[in-house]
Amino acid sequence: MVKKIWKGFYIGTIYLFLYLPIFLLIIYSFNDSKYRGNWNGFTFRWYRELLRDHTIVSALYNTFAIAVLSALIATIIGTAAAIGIYHMSPKAKTVWMNITYLPVLNPDIVIGISLLALFVWMKMKLGFLTLLLAHVTFNIPYVVLAVLPKMYQLNPYLEEAALDLGATPLQAFFKVILPEILPGVITGGLLAFTLSLDDFMVSFFTTGSGVNTLSIKVYSMTKLGVSPKINALSTILFVGVLGLLAILQRRANNMKE
Amino acid sequence: MRKQWLSAPYGLWAIVFSIAPIAIIAIYSFCSRSPYGNIIYEFTLENYQKFLQPIYLRVLWRSIILAVQSTLICFILGYPIAMMIAGSGSKQKNIMVMLFVLPLWTNFLLRTYAWMVLLRDQGVINQVLMALKIIDGPLKLLYNHNAVLLGMVYNFLPFMVLPIYSVLSKIDSSFIEAAEDLGATNFQVFARVIFPLSLPGVISGLIMVFMPAVSTFVISDLLGGGQTVLLGNLIQNQFLVARNWQFGSAISMMMITLILITMGLTAKYQREGGRQLW
Amino acid sequence: MDKYIIELQDVTKKFGEKEALCGINLKIRPKEFVTLLGPSGCGKTTTLRIIGGFETPTSGDVYFEGKRINDLPPYQRQINTVFQKYALFPHYNVFENIAFGLKIKKIPKKIIQEKVAHMLKLVNLEGFEKRDIHSLSGGQQQRVAIARALVNEPQILLLDEPLGALDLKLRKEMQLELKNMQQRVGITFIYVTHDQEEALTMSDRVVVMSEGEIQQIGTPEDIYNEPVNRFVADFIGEGNILDGVMIEDFQVKMEDKVFTCLDKGFQPNERVEVLIRPEDIQIVKGDEGMMKGIVESVMFKGVHYEITVKDEGGVRWMIHSIHMVKVGETIGMVIVPDAIHIMKKAVWK
Repeated sequence: MVKKIWKGFYIGTIYLFLYLPIFLLIIYSFNDSKYRGNWNGFTFRWYRELLRDHTIVSALYNTFAIAVLSALIATIIGTAAAIGIYHMSPKAKTVWMNITYLPVLNPDIVIGISLLALFVWMKMKLGFLTLLLAHVTFNIPYVVLAVLPKMYQLNPYLEEAALDLGATPLQAFFKVILPEILPGVITGGLLAFTLSLDDFMVSFFTTGSGVNTLSIKVYSMTKLGVSPKINALSTILFVGVLGLLAILQRRANNMKE
Repeated sequence: MRKQWLSAPYGLWAIVFSIAPIAIIAIYSFCSRSPYGNIIYEFTLENYQKFLQPIYLRVLWRSIILAVQSTLICFILGYPIAMMIAGSGSKQKNIMVMLFVLPLWTNFLLRTYAWMVLLRDQGVINQVLMALKIIDGPLKLLYNHNAVLLGMVYNFLPFMVLPIYSVLSKIDSSFIEAAEDLGATNFQVFARVIFPLSLPGVISGLIMVFMPAVSTFVISDLLGGGQTVLLGNLIQNQFLVARNWQFGSAISMMMITLILITMGLTAKYQREGGRQLW
Repeated sequence: MDKYIIELQDVTKKFGEKEALCGINLKIRPKEFVTLLGPSGCGKTTTLRIIGGFETPTSGDVYFEGKRINDLPPYQRQINTVFQKYALFPHYNVFENIAFGLKIKKIPKKIIQEKVAHMLKLVNLEGFEKRDIHSLSGGQQQRVAIARALVNEPQILLLDEPLGALDLKLRKEMQLELKNMQQRVGITFIYVTHDQEEALTMSDRVVVMSEGEIQQIGTPEDIYNEPVNRFVADFIGEGNILDGVMIEDFQVKMEDKVFTCLDKGFQPNERVEVLIRPEDIQIVKGDEGMMKGIVESVMFKGVHYEITVKDEGGVRWMIHSIHMVKVGETIGMVIVPDAIHIMKKAVWK
């Protein structure tokens, strides 16, 4: 019994540690005071100001545009790559897997500065395009790693069965292979999307002046003296993520039934 | 149709955007610097020699110390949590895991920023402590070593808990029952059966915490406030402020080497399926 | 040429260094039920896959109705396959699985429905259209796989160990059913199995394979009664195989005794191998037989007893008899000329 109480206490403390800062931001986002500390009454002021700040709105737009585009491109290239790697000889497979692990194990900061060096060397203008290229680069491996296990679970005769029944290799892919590996493809795509959404390090080095993502915007806001608008922004994002998770969870539950 | 060719676009992409960039900084790290800071393609070890100056070695040492400290604290805090989650009912389990994933989905910078709000002189902690008359003036909680350490533990704890949990939850309970059947005490069951079986998860956890901890510059930047310069800050500074790319590249190469060494040290404990967070 | 639907000429197949098939020659007539029989790794599945178009021969030719089809992809062959473990599409239901080939060919919906319904009736699965593949038993999945292949009205149906995953009782039922089905739809079945009993029960002709080579092609009776070599004799049924020497026509010497047999045409004193099936040995009283031996073990096998007898020369014989004998008892054995089958000594490479 005592053990149980200790356990509960320990878990409670850890979760408090994890969530205290987040909840604090949420509470302060409704505080009608420019200087945090005292509670000056409830307000939606910071939310209104947030929406009026078009640098934030445009950062939000960039963040999502890059997340969606990079996830999409990475999913297509990565899925094709996973299928190719699956059909390789063991030796070739090892080489390709090492290449795949490279951006996963390479620290973000090194990915960031090395891409910066590349883009400068190629004389590319830093901005939306370089951001997108960078995000696709670190996203593809995660798609490959999500799709490959599905390829291994796949019954190798399914494709032959489709060919046997008159399907061309392309038809066999879209009618049989893709539906089978789709969970892995979706997982990979979602993973890529969230990684891109959350990235700061790589974006920080590969973007140019004028093109901000949310993370970069937050970073520069923390540098320039803090505005409670950030609190409002955090709250919106947190609630958004919570909502998204709830929907996903619901879907997962429905699928189980 | 040769299906292997489906990997070609990825191969091309990886060569241009993963391998070439690293090759470039590898080359830069051996390049000389013109008086105006431009890159001259002349071989030199100067950049690495520069790193051997005490001021930079101190940065390296500090980075390693902080990374090791945060990794150990995450392990000590995280392992019991992972065990408790793995040991709870399936419904509770899902919620508890979800609660650990959720912070990962909120913006990393915002989470770190939240600690600035908590720790600053007029921050919540100081205000509470002063209101309770425990202290008279505000404590200096922000902009020091411990604040950075706290930020690292806070941000990276889930990376420790999740892989350990995922391995623990897959341990066949018959192993534990067999050990109990053979007369092992609870502690012996843990020390002889559970812990060794969970090692792959522990190793991935250690790596997944150590790696971002040793390479971060955001946490030290926000919570260390320039007082705690780490390798990451040094690289960032060389690339964006000092414009000494050669030196920045050399530090990056050192960082890669450091990570390769850690990977090498842990590689033999790393079994397949170990490093899986999702 | 035209009377064969499939013809393999000197087909070889190498996987890297490994030679899976070393020069296969096989001709199969329309409406024939042919079984490729052999232990795992003998090349039977590779042969089937070459006919199906999933592998291309390293050398040699494959003809379909006289036309060379070496490079024709599987989706252009009038051949369909029932795969090992069925390979049903898990994301489709029964109807969609069976209709797959027809939909690819863009056949009108109404006709698809009729054909699928007809097929389900043929395989005794009426009313299963909407069922999920995972909800079917092994035997039912088997039938769906057959229906999915047959609905395309192929000229040839290839079956790769289709009954391997079923339990014994179901296997026996399905063997009969498959044979019936083949006669009803009137097409060629090429069947791969490692189960000799299955091969003997169902086939018009059996192709016995070993180590990438065809050992013997013949009717089940031929294969069982007149195996050409030790491998075939050993693989098909049970048998006592002994070394012997042909003294002259109709006279074989084994175990230092001369037996009369029905075989001739060997060189004088040619070394041969002698097959005597266990059910062909008659048990008589101790001294009344051609040979004497002591019973070592007796096992009841349902229909008969399986008896091991050690003869005076120390050779062990397996005998199937419906008569009970006791362990330790001395018995006599009679082997009539008809029971002795002489085989050429295999030249092992």
